[in-house]
Amino acid sequence: MARGSSERTMMNINISVNGEEWAIDVAPADVLLDALREKVGTKGPKIGCERGDCGSCTVLIDGRSVRSCLVLAVEAEGYEITTVEGVSNDGLSELQELMLGENSFQCGFCAPGIVLSATELLEINPNPTRHDVQEAIAGNLCRCTGYEPIIDAVLSAGEGGPR
Amino acid sequence: MTKGYSFEGESANDDFKAVGTSAVRVDGLDKISGAAQFVDDIDFGPGLLHAAIVESPHAYAKIVSIDTSEAERASGVVKVATGKDFPYKFGMYMEDRYIFAQDYVRFVGEQVAGVVARSHREAVQAAKLVKVEYEILEPLLDPKGAIEEGADLIHPDLADYTYVPWFFPQKDTNIAHWRKIRKGDTEKAFEEADYVLEDTYTVPRYAHCAIEPHVTVSKLDQADRLTVWTASQSPHTQRHLFAEALAPLGFSHKDVRVITPYVGGGFGGKAGVSMEILGTALATLVKGRPVKLRWTREQEFYNTYQRQGVVAELKVGVMNDGTLTAVEHKLYWDAGAYVEYGANVVNAAGLSATGPYRVPNITNDSLCIYTNLPPGGPYRGFGYSEFHFGLESHMDRIAEAIGMDPVEFRMKNAIVEGDELSYGASMNPSGMLEAIEKTAEAIKWGVEEESENPNTVIGKGMALFWKAPAMPPNASSASFLKFNEDGSINITVSGMELGQGYLTVMAQIASEVLTVPVDKIRVETPDTDRNPYEWQTVASHVTWSCGLAVEKAAVEARSKIFDVIHQVYGYEDDSLYLEDETVKCRTDASFSKPLHEFVIDGIQTEEGTWRGGPIVSSGKFMPEFTNALSDPETGQGGHPNVHYTVGATGVVLEIDKETGRIWVRKAALAVDAGRALNPDLVVGQITGGLVQGLATVLYEDMRYDDKGKLLNPNFTDYKIPTAFDIPDEIIPIIVEVPQPDGPFGARGVGEHTMIGAAPVIANAVYNALGVRIKSMPITQEKVAMAILEKSEG
Repeated sequence: MARGSSERTMMNINISVNGEEWAIDVAPADVLLDALREKVGTKGPKIGCERGDCGSCTVLIDGRSVRSCLVLAVEAEGYEITTVEGVSNDGLSELQELMLGENSFQCGFCAPGIVLSATELLEINPNPTRHDVQEAIAGNLCRCTGYEPIIDAVLSAGEGGPR
Repeated sequence: MTKGYSFEGESANDDFKAVGTSAVRVDGLDKISGAAQFVDDIDFGPGLLHAAIVESPHAYAKIVSIDTSEAERASGVVKVATGKDFPYKFGMYMEDRYIFAQDYVRFVGEQVAGVVARSHREAVQAAKLVKVEYEILEPLLDPKGAIEEGADLIHPDLADYTYVPWFFPQKDTNIAHWRKIRKGDTEKAFEEADYVLEDTYTVPRYAHCAIEPHVTVSKLDQADRLTVWTASQSPHTQRHLFAEALAPLGFSHKDVRVITPYVGGGFGGKAGVSMEILGTALATLVKGRPVKLRWTREQEFYNTYQRQGVVAELKVGVMNDGTLTAVEHKLYWDAGAYVEYGANVVNAAGLSATGPYRVPNITNDSLCIYTNLPPGGPYRGFGYSEFHFGLESHMDRIAEAIGMDPVEFRMKNAIVEGDELSYGASMNPSGMLEAIEKTAEAIKWGVEEESENPNTVIGKGMALFWKAPAMPPNASSASFLKFNEDGSINITVSGMELGQGYLTVMAQIASEVLTVPVDKIRVETPDTDRNPYEWQTVASHVTWSCGLAVEKAAVEARSKIFDVIHQVYGYEDDSLYLEDETVKCRTDASFSKPLHEFVIDGIQTEEGTWRGGPIVSSGKFMPEFTNALSDPETGQGGHPNVHYTVGATGVVLEIDKETGRIWVRKAALAVDAGRALNPDLVVGQITGGLVQGLATVLYEDMRYDDKGKLLNPNFTDYKIPTAFDIPDEIIPIIVEVPQPDGPFGARGVGEHTMIGAAPVIANAVYNALGVRIKSMPITQEKVAMAILEKSEG
């Protein structure tokens, strides 16, 4: 049950999640993160801080990364949302394959968010520098890895390969 | 590198196929694809209830009254509970906590009441309606103040508490435990020393900051079965503490089931039992309904374990030739309001507070002091990070004072195999000298480097580290192993995959013995109903301890396999061996029997009957050489630690001479893994631990106001490293001097990699600027002020 669902005023919104159309009832104060997790059942976006600091809840809205804890569900009406599940549906992306091979993640809690931030980067800039990669994932906190194996995998996925 | 390790008949050569390779993580695909399920990702259906906790706004107060009536009437509320509902104590090493506060609250955030409602929002709203009247008392926030004569007693009944036999609480004081070490004659050694340096170092509190907050879902069903899904490092210990604390409700261990799916980071913060007992206790009041309790990020900071602060008074004596002769280390720990776990941090530090050095005369006093701050507890490094800051700063200063190179000084005094430890036992084999040499080489120690930027200077630093697992002397591990029809294997263990790669390494160990490839072995996270016992995933001990249990299970399975072959074909067991998932025979080259042909269905004899059947096995490991019994006044006579893992850290910094800004240009870290069962995962521990450690010294810091309230409980005000905040270059160095009793020679490395980070920065800052900073963190502001002070003379 989403946190606002006991409120009387519910709104019905249409969103596309990983290519599938959903019509869901949300309260005006419900954030997209809770709607995705509780109403759509996509658990890829994680709850880490609920104030936009940690990036665990990162999703793509029309291809652009956003923190779904800072977006009201009603604001997502009519948009296409991609979560990590959407990236992996037809098998791993090249980036994910490289991350797997690099043992990029440890606990893996930040992985869904970082996969999306890095996916967005490679869409916009297929040939990123180390600095570009650091900047792209600077809003996704990881406490385990020291980021090195993540950065390495994203660089390898770029057109120029690792550097 | 020492070769030729053997264990219970295992191959004595290094020709391994699975261990020592950088296998891809067995949990990698789950995590990279989004399939990995954490506790909060499990669906519990429409019956799920949500809990919220009423917390004390005061650091120290007497509870005068609690009025829950309005909350009980609020929308969606199912149950409200207070301390009266659960007058039960619990604790890991010392039972000094109640589930909910009874008559007093002792830190800001302490749980006073709990509300269970049909939605999270309703639970939170109703919690605000619980009215608590307090009589506010003056909090004790400073550990040294708390042990002054006449200080208020935070736990007046301390002497009556139940605690482990290696704790020594001091009656009618705030000292919950006092670990003493007395070895040799320190006083005489200081008199005879050519040089003695005495100083004080301070270390604040730190937060673990696992990205996944604590979360627990508990359900007591109609048949009185209690199941708890929890983000935990310690499923069996949690089951034990739940069963013990709630024993008055009639639970036995068999009635309590703890299930721990993937956990989103632990670092010690999810060891033992903290908030989990609240949700579990509340669930007992709403039979048949699962109850979820998830901490907010704020609660994650102020109401789970914190790394304890410490004031370290250190005195070290040395001869002109550089020989260390005496160490006196007084550690005053700010252990917080409850020390049920934290007191063992204090104990561990006290046992090892000489650092990795050969010291004949030792006086260590490690004092666990109650304060009105949140409970201290386990944090990666377990006390060692804290005391190494002062100790390794001090060693640099002493070397300089006697005109010796700090690296040469360390090479001369570093503890090596056979040297006597502070409590009298002898040091295990170690690659310390190799670690020092390789680290020094990696940062070009001794080669002065000039910055190209006139506004900055370059500094280099070195620091050593050591750490032993801190555990009860009989902490043990167990494993079950079973073959499947296709010759693949399922292994159940109860260590936790915290991200360190434990599941992968367990698979590699079994693979090595049974020749079944790692990708045909599934090792899953624990469920206490079906997985065998593991004490906890802490202390960097599971690779070693559970690794031995898995190795034994694999060896047992192999002997059962050979036994079936012997029964049917008559070959002697010792002529059989495994190769590529097939049984082969040294005396009959034509014999070859693939495992998948018989590990479930057995083998048909010539008469048409069958032999064998499903191959299942088990293994367990408990250290049988340790004991925690020692003289309380001297610490001598016991053997509390199983072994030490050692290493060295070196950095090259660039510092802005005016602003004090620090850039870590290069960081090298060598750790003696005994044998790196998966080198890539060891490198992962080096990189991650180093970055976590650097953050504690460069900027992290829990700030409290003068009433004991935490001022920065969020990632905006308590910054942890982003992808920008990492060294330009990290040079990981793996040293391998085998641990004689380790699985294939391995010992743990998980915590060690952050221990040297703080002093190495302090030493490099001094090297660059000639200023010595003796309190953590060494922020840009502190460095700038120190530069200013120095220039003003």
